[in-house]
Amino acid sequence: MSRIRLLVGTTKGAFILTSDGRREEWDVNGPYFGGWEMYHVKGSPADPDRIWASQSTGWFGQVVQRSEDGGKTWNPVGNEFSYEGGTSTHQWYDGTPHPWEFARVWHFEPSPGDPDTLYAGVEDAALFKSSDGGGSWQELAGLRKQDSGPQWQPGAGGMCLHTIVLHPTNPDVMLVAISAAGVFRSDDAGATWRPANKGLRSEQIPNPEAEVGHCVHRIAIHSSRPDVLYMQKHWDVMRSDDCGLSWREVSGDLPTDFGFAIDVHAQDPDTVYVVPIKSDSEHFPPEGRLRVYRSRSGGNEWEPLTKGLPQDNCYVNVLREAMSVDSLDPCGVYFGTTGGQVYASADEGDSWAPVVRDLPRVLSVEAQTIP
Amino acid sequence: MIRVVLPAHLRTLARISGEVKLELDGPATTAGLLDSLEEEYPVLRGAIRDHDTHKRRAFVRFFACEEDISLEPPETPLPDAVLSGAEPFCIIGAMAGG
Repeated sequence: MSRIRLLVGTTKGAFILTSDGRREEWDVNGPYFGGWEMYHVKGSPADPDRIWASQSTGWFGQVVQRSEDGGKTWNPVGNEFSYEGGTSTHQWYDGTPHPWEFARVWHFEPSPGDPDTLYAGVEDAALFKSSDGGGSWQELAGLRKQDSGPQWQPGAGGMCLHTIVLHPTNPDVMLVAISAAGVFRSDDAGATWRPANKGLRSEQIPNPEAEVGHCVHRIAIHSSRPDVLYMQKHWDVMRSDDCGLSWREVSGDLPTDFGFAIDVHAQDPDTVYVVPIKSDSEHFPPEGRLRVYRSRSGGNEWEPLTKGLPQDNCYVNVLREAMSVDSLDPCGVYFGTTGGQVYASADEGDSWAPVVRDLPRVLSVEAQTIP
Repeated sequence: MIRVVLPAHLRTLARISGEVKLELDGPATTAGLLDSLEEEYPVLRGAIRDHDTHKRRAFVRFFACEEDISLEPPETPLPDAVLSGAEPFCIIGAMAGG
């Protein structure tokens, strides 16, 4: 029977939660790297026991850890992320020029087929690639150096490259999302990039339909239908049917279309999950009721999923990296909260149960299905 | 023999307990001490000072003989008491709650 391993990053360490395929009883291991901020922990699809962890603090900077045994033991690998080229600038919050400064790794995206290749999305927004398992990193500087780079501004959480989408069948096609610049697409394996924000509308910026400047929170893809992308924007849930060349809104009947996390069912590319959050100034569920919303139709029509989730006095948030699905049938869905709970559903979201309740603030959740 | 005291997070990162004891290969300066420390414990590269510029990280400070020497030039000679091992060279992370 397959096993499930949840890789959980929190503000005070990483945790690994494991279960058999029934997903009813869980072992909780950790904290690993206690006291450090663990923005993301992710395994290689090609070698699930090879896992990378982004470990950082504001005091002592970035460390990249790698495990070769499913998270039992770890060793530091390369942590040198040097921006290519001189002293270019982006815009600071007040519009003044600000030099690019590395702060941390927000996201790892391992190659689906090669356990030595992975990408890292970092703050200040840039994309790095490693071809030696994380030992060394080279910037794909065409992204930062395309025309709009000097105009990018940080979102409230910093100017981070938080989402990397690798096209599952065409290795030349990649997309990234940056807060608060938007989506960018490459058709030459990361050498050159162009904005991919057509159809996005953000009332919070001077030109709501600007080519760049949108605060995209997360993009999700289903490997069987790679031209369909789903996006949780600052406000609005969006969909693209042409791999990011254009977008249309599919918020439909959601109670609020603000949120951070979004993911797609492992078997059904039309089934999508979001966690609506009240607003950009009140980062908690509407009415204090924690509800996952599921669309079975690729957006627009949404149903609340509440069984097993707190429906009174719940004021947690679910961050962009904190939702994941496994690949079992029925599909398992998982998310972590800023209150330290990790919830699991073994029935596609119909019912939920907490795996663990009192972790530090959860930054990321990644589900691995182990054969 | 030079004694170096690291903050808890860096001791954990370097997998050491207690003080670090170093023999300096290069100049007897703050920069020379940090070079030797990073040579002995490569995982500390980038954690105390920038990889490229060697600029001290903002929330890290250096103390020796009960004096804050963080703002001294990296080429400043280390105090005799540190060189003799009578006093440790202390690397300290800024205090913070939360």
